[in-house]
Amino acid sequence: MCDQTFLAATFGPCDSCGKASPLMNIYIKNDAINYCSFCMEVMACQGLQSGETLASLKKESDSLKKKLEEERGKLNDIELHQVAEKVEMLGALSIKTKRLLKGHGNKVLCMDWCKDKRRLVSSSQDGKVIVWDAFTLNKEHGVTLPCTWVMACAYAPSGCAVACGGLDNKCSVFPLSLDKNENLSAKKKAVAMHTNYVSGCTFTNSDMQLLTSSGDGTCALWDVESGQLLQSFHGHTADVLSLDLAPSETGNTFVSGGSDKKANVWDMRSGQNIQSFESHESDINCVKYYPSGDAFASASDDSTCRFYDLRADREVAVYQKDSVIFGASTVDFSLSGRLLFAGYNDYTINVWDVLKGTRVSVLFGHENRVSRVRVSPDGTALCSASWDNTLRIWA
Amino acid sequence: ELRNGKNLYFLLYKPIYLLIVAMQDPDMGVKMRNQRLLITVIPHAMTGRDIIDWLIQKYNICEEEALHVGAMLVRYGYVYPLKEPRSLVLRPDESPYRFQVSQPPLHPPAIYLAKKNIRKQGELMEYEKERYSVLHKRINHTWDFVVMQAREQLRASKQRRKADRIVLECQEQAYWLINRPPPGAHNVLDMGLERINNSSRVTLVSDITFLYFLFVKYSEQYLNHDPIMQGCLPSNPWISDDTAHWTMNAEVVPSPTRLRVERWSFSFMELLNDSMGRREFMTYLEKEFSAENLCFWQACEDVRHGENSRIIEKVEDIYKNFLAPGAARWVNIDSKTMDKTLHGIRHPHRFVMDDAQMHIYFLMKKDSYPRYLKSDLYKNMLAKAVVPQETKKR
Repeated sequence: MCDQTFLAATFGPCDSCGKASPLMNIYIKNDAINYCSFCMEVMACQGLQSGETLASLKKESDSLKKKLEEERGKLNDIELHQVAEKVEMLGALSIKTKRLLKGHGNKVLCMDWCKDKRRLVSSSQDGKVIVWDAFTLNKEHGVTLPCTWVMACAYAPSGCAVACGGLDNKCSVFPLSLDKNENLSAKKKAVAMHTNYVSGCTFTNSDMQLLTSSGDGTCALWDVESGQLLQSFHGHTADVLSLDLAPSETGNTFVSGGSDKKANVWDMRSGQNIQSFESHESDINCVKYYPSGDAFASASDDSTCRFYDLRADREVAVYQKDSVIFGASTVDFSLSGRLLFAGYNDYTINVWDVLKGTRVSVLFGHENRVSRVRVSPDGTALCSASWDNTLRIWA
Repeated sequence: ELRNGKNLYFLLYKPIYLLIVAMQDPDMGVKMRNQRLLITVIPHAMTGRDIIDWLIQKYNICEEEALHVGAMLVRYGYVYPLKEPRSLVLRPDESPYRFQVSQPPLHPPAIYLAKKNIRKQGELMEYEKERYSVLHKRINHTWDFVVMQAREQLRASKQRRKADRIVLECQEQAYWLINRPPPGAHNVLDMGLERINNSSRVTLVSDITFLYFLFVKYSEQYLNHDPIMQGCLPSNPWISDDTAHWTMNAEVVPSPTRLRVERWSFSFMELLNDSMGRREFMTYLEKEFSAENLCFWQACEDVRHGENSRIIEKVEDIYKNFLAPGAARWVNIDSKTMDKTLHGIRHPHRFVMDDAQMHIYFLMKKDSYPRYLKSDLYKNMLAKAVVPQETKKR
């Protein structure tokens, strides 16, 4: 839907083909025209008749491009970071490791905070899922799944259950028992069934529904109690690697990112793909909503993170630096949305100023890839999970 | 409220957009030149007369109609006057005007008023004085920041050329006249009833800089609530090993913190997301005899997010309690939505209450919520809210 090469300023029926699509509004010889991207290209090629040379065609297309740029310029001569010029510069941030969670015997692939702001669940390559009180470093629950590469885990809103899944193509829900001796594995309930690995999962607003993303190219919404598939989401053309639920007041959408370099926004009720963004040059490993729900960020193997505005239906910022050459695997916003934390395959966490586009800090400490970063629910800390078998709490 | 995006720069309809682009066309648009304003020369301005003449010629209409169109352009803020900026009218004479499509002022209303106060030594209009003192009370703890920002901006503006200063001041004045109209003035941003099932998903954006502006505003508003950026009181538990911050902000506390209560005023969603805020709001609604709205909304949420197996049972309960004629807690929904819902209930599914739920949600958001924020109940809560003392770091 969102063409990389031109900006959609309006949406409606194309003057040429009549199809409803994002349109470019330009003036050609004082006539206002509204064409979709396809017809725009066709018009640019219209000069190619018998006798028309490539040179004259190029001239026509260049002049059209110039007109498009002018119009685009009228709309977008100011970038996000320019508008943010007048905003106060951020002072030096002093963020240090405050807790080191050791206990996993293998790469930690995922983690999720509990709503109580101090507990969290983490999962690793060797099938272990641990529930911690990160404040005291106490391990409160431990489960070993029969599968390896547990890439997804999530804490239930009530705090009474966790979900996890991975190479077993399933996502299972475990109630968290107060009885330490109880064998949690026995109470495991398989909820989601995909035809390839599960890459991400999240509960929706209650313990009763689970949203999953999978290597089979789909996302799905499940009823936890019965395991019934409520809705499936088709549109990605490769593995879906990540998803995030929108914090909107009507609570009906989520965003997913995949190996097809696309970030798709979905309507949970109808299963429809309502918006699509394709500007990354490689796999999108992670997507995360901005706190207001009007935008989201993505992390990609192309070593950039990007910021997309849903209202404008376009990318509005790119977070990159020449010295950052390794893929970004995970992102999350600070509570106010001013900072973007991103974990990379070069073992670091870069902290970006979302508005100004600059990097404000680098967090060193992990000894292998950072697989997941998550800010705690009250914004007091950042948790990072890594292939070095540990988790760190930063504040 | 700016944050909702309900602003003319965000919802710009295609005909107006095309007109403004046409007016700005360097060849065929309205004549732009240096206009004299007393002793200052303002570049890239148009006269009211030029605007009228251009409209007459472009649309082939008479003077009266052109005057009307021009008046609307100024009324709605697409064009603003450089002379007598308080008066948003289009004068068909040499009066200079400019387009308001460049970025809107970045100054939150508090800073704008503070600047005016400093500049004009307390000569604000009556309604501005009122707003100033209301804002002062509301954001008391950041007031120093506001005054400092205002002073900083005034200082920076002194370094600008006089022409630029005049332009920016008029631009800002016009902007706030539209977005914070004086009491009694016509509110051109009133869009009427919220359209719930809006089929046009991608909205026209004439000026993307306004959306950037919204990001700046959001991060400013939440800055003091962001512990990683501003710290938190009494201390960050992860740094000090003291859990007092969590204890003070537990779900149920006798006295909530000031930041927490303030946050309820940021948006309706913030209020509802905090269980304590939600309870307070319920208490308020009970006083207004409209508590059934919130109860209804909660029951609908329960259907939407609950187990499949209990949908039918929950929908039946909702009908009995809220929708049936003579129901104990009957909710007031418009007849069209009510008919549609009652029809849907015959074959209940997870989303059958969506329309009715949204209707009641927006009713509370637009009506009860703003009144709650002005109520004694909320004001008292804010007044007795706790501001924890900072404990020294280890």
